[in-house]
Amino acid sequence: MDNTTTYREAVKLAIRKAMSEDERVFLMGEDVGHYGGCFAVSMGLLDEYGDKRIIDTPLSESAFTGAGVGAAMNGMRPIVEIMTVNFSLLALDQIMNNAATLLHMSGGQFNVPLVIRMATGGGKQLGAQHSHSLEGWYAHIPGLKVLTPATVQDAYDMLGLALSDPDPVLIFENSILYNSKGILDTKATPLAIGKALVQKEGKNLTILTYGINLFKSLEAAEILAKNGVDVEVIDLRSLRPLDDETIMKSIKKTHRVLIVDDGWRSGSISAEIMARINEQAFYELDALMARVCTVEVPLPYAKHLEDAAIVQVDKIVDMAKKVMGLS
Amino acid sequence: MKKDEIKSAIIKTILKVAPDIEEDEIELDANIQRSLEIDSFDFLKILTSMNEEFGVEVPEADYSKVDTLENMANYFLERL
Amino acid sequence: MPSLGADMESAILMEWLVKEGDSVKKGQIIAEVETSKGVIEIEVFEDGVVEKLLVEEETDCKVGTPLAMIKSDSKEKKEEVLKVEPVEVKEPEIKKEPIIEKQAEKIEQDTRVKISPIARKRAEELSVDITKIIPKDGLIQLAQIESIVQKIEVPKKVDSKRDQKDSMRKAIAVAMSRSNAEIPHYYLSTSINMTPALNYLEVLNKERTIKQRILPVALLIRGVVLALKEVPQLNGFWLDDSHHISEEIHPGIAIALRKGGLMTPALLDAGEKNLNETMESLSDLISRTRGGKLRSSEMTKQTITITNLGDLGVESVYGVIYPPQLAVVGLGAIIDKPWAEGDTLSVRKVMKATLAGDHRATDGRVGALFLEKLNKFLQNPEELL
Repeated sequence: MDNTTTYREAVKLAIRKAMSEDERVFLMGEDVGHYGGCFAVSMGLLDEYGDKRIIDTPLSESAFTGAGVGAAMNGMRPIVEIMTVNFSLLALDQIMNNAATLLHMSGGQFNVPLVIRMATGGGKQLGAQHSHSLEGWYAHIPGLKVLTPATVQDAYDMLGLALSDPDPVLIFENSILYNSKGILDTKATPLAIGKALVQKEGKNLTILTYGINLFKSLEAAEILAKNGVDVEVIDLRSLRPLDDETIMKSIKKTHRVLIVDDGWRSGSISAEIMARINEQAFYELDALMARVCTVEVPLPYAKHLEDAAIVQVDKIVDMAKKVMGLS
Repeated sequence: MKKDEIKSAIIKTILKVAPDIEEDEIELDANIQRSLEIDSFDFLKILTSMNEEFGVEVPEADYSKVDTLENMANYFLERL
Repeated sequence: MPSLGADMESAILMEWLVKEGDSVKKGQIIAEVETSKGVIEIEVFEDGVVEKLLVEEETDCKVGTPLAMIKSDSKEKKEEVLKVEPVEVKEPEIKKEPIIEKQAEKIEQDTRVKISPIARKRAEELSVDITKIIPKDGLIQLAQIESIVQKIEVPKKVDSKRDQKDSMRKAIAVAMSRSNAEIPHYYLSTSINMTPALNYLEVLNKERTIKQRILPVALLIRGVVLALKEVPQLNGFWLDDSHHISEEIHPGIAIALRKGGLMTPALLDAGEKNLNETMESLSDLISRTRGGKLRSSEMTKQTITITNLGDLGVESVYGVIYPPQLAVVGLGAIIDKPWAEGDTLSVRKVMKATLAGDHRATDGRVGALFLEKLNKFLQNPEELL
């Protein structure tokens, strides 16, 4: 089935497919049932699958995430929906100290096949405590996989991939993307976890990015093409594990790199990628590695300030020109 | 011995002497030396190898009779 | 690590073929080394016992790095056997000769060179001296290095996918451009009637088995060798601003590799070989060259170069001299041509032979004499046997 649909619909379709095919799968989170999901992803699913499989949880991230860990360890395949990544901090102990570590601490006896979906990112004037992009931060933790679907196709495919993984997988859905439209082919073979995708080939500059910034980068690439710069845009798709091979292959071709990261720069995924490029492709670089990140402040509420703080197309274009020596 | 078997043997010998050549580059009626960039030295190696395998010696005077795969196969076929 | 070519700076010691404590004999191959021109076997020059292996396998070493300690059987204890060979060239000027941009008169003395990693890597590969470049916008980048190198005539790139081949091409390019730049070449050519020689060869080969067959190129090499014995001034080197004539004749034979690239390994001691031995050695040399198994002595001892591109149908070949050699003999294709003898006109098999000579060492008279001798021998092919 080849269709244009929204990111939101794609996620819902994926949840329905998983639940129809595997009775161990269930969804739980705040407002996922009666309300239909904070972002309307699970609208109608309560009626379809009943309250044993679409579970409205109390307002305690730590509790229901912990329950998810327990359910996963006992043979279920839970999808825990944490409303936004900001609230996941309340469940960090469960995510990091339990879900990520139990496999190792049990000497391989207990897998935790838990999938946690979270909305991420700012840009909607929701204020500092509701606008974080922490997926890069989570990518620091061994024992977890971190996925960042940007396209509608990945929004559909990644849930299935995550559910078939025996270990915990975190899926970060940028909240602004839920309304975005794209082509969905439900019959296509999903691209594996840990593989990046070259969305646009180019010769002069590699842009590495993920999530909503994929689209901002593609827009920037169009503008840069008018300046004679042929940009290669790569959707990282998974921040842990990173696809070193695809990254280095691109750098060997273009010799210049710009990383667009939704998080803050310090100790970020862009810093990690730069370190890896230094380790694996230093001698291929023809210019300093560069990055565009969210400005290093708690995200402002006022519109003009928030817009100035987050990643924008013109910031990407300006930094790219610097890397190319054009400004 | 059948002509096809001889052809295969010739092809095998060519590939042994010039391992970089792809089998589908060897055309039936193309001049072996020119089309496959085989010089006089390697050509002699091919004939020497064929001599070792089939006991048929190609004198210099007969070089023009073994210039293509087709002709070479016929030549050997007549003498085996 | 020996220098196996005028512009070699380093190579990778791939494999040791002996262990500590082994006895070795002069000429024995004790290691394999990978250079931009392929894998070369390293020979020992004395009898002795391997005391210590100083470098591990798969290590990149600069030329001159001690590789092993061999206790020689001879009275004087020689420590570093695999260092510089007697024939090796010390060319302080030629070796690191910078390819300078016109405007680079200003040389920044104390500051580090600001250059991107890949530009630095490429400059190293092409022996461009980065201290002599004025950086564009404060940073030397890849495009600048490549634009400098474009100014030299680089031969057309052969379609190849292997890195090794690429660097071989580059090495040839650099050597050729230096040669043309530094050695004053003179060129001579003559047309030689090859019919008697080819007829002689035909008769000879008729009575032999295919294994003993002699190819015309072996005959030609033999002719060159005998001509050199009579005109030895072309067989040797230009070193330390003076002309050195070599007693031994080790002609470098231009051998085309199957996938592109050219090597000119030496046919050692060609002066001591008769025609049969020349053909045998040539056959072996071509096989090993194409199979990538040459010896270090074959890479360094050439006293002259013979380029026979006749097989490719080229009528005449004007070569570029490989320093520190003094000459290149070019042999073209043997083509049917009209030939006048007395007042009769007939068709003969004719080959153009050319000589490129280093004018510092010899002049046109010497070159002409050589070509005359070569012709004489080829008109009397029985003397080549």
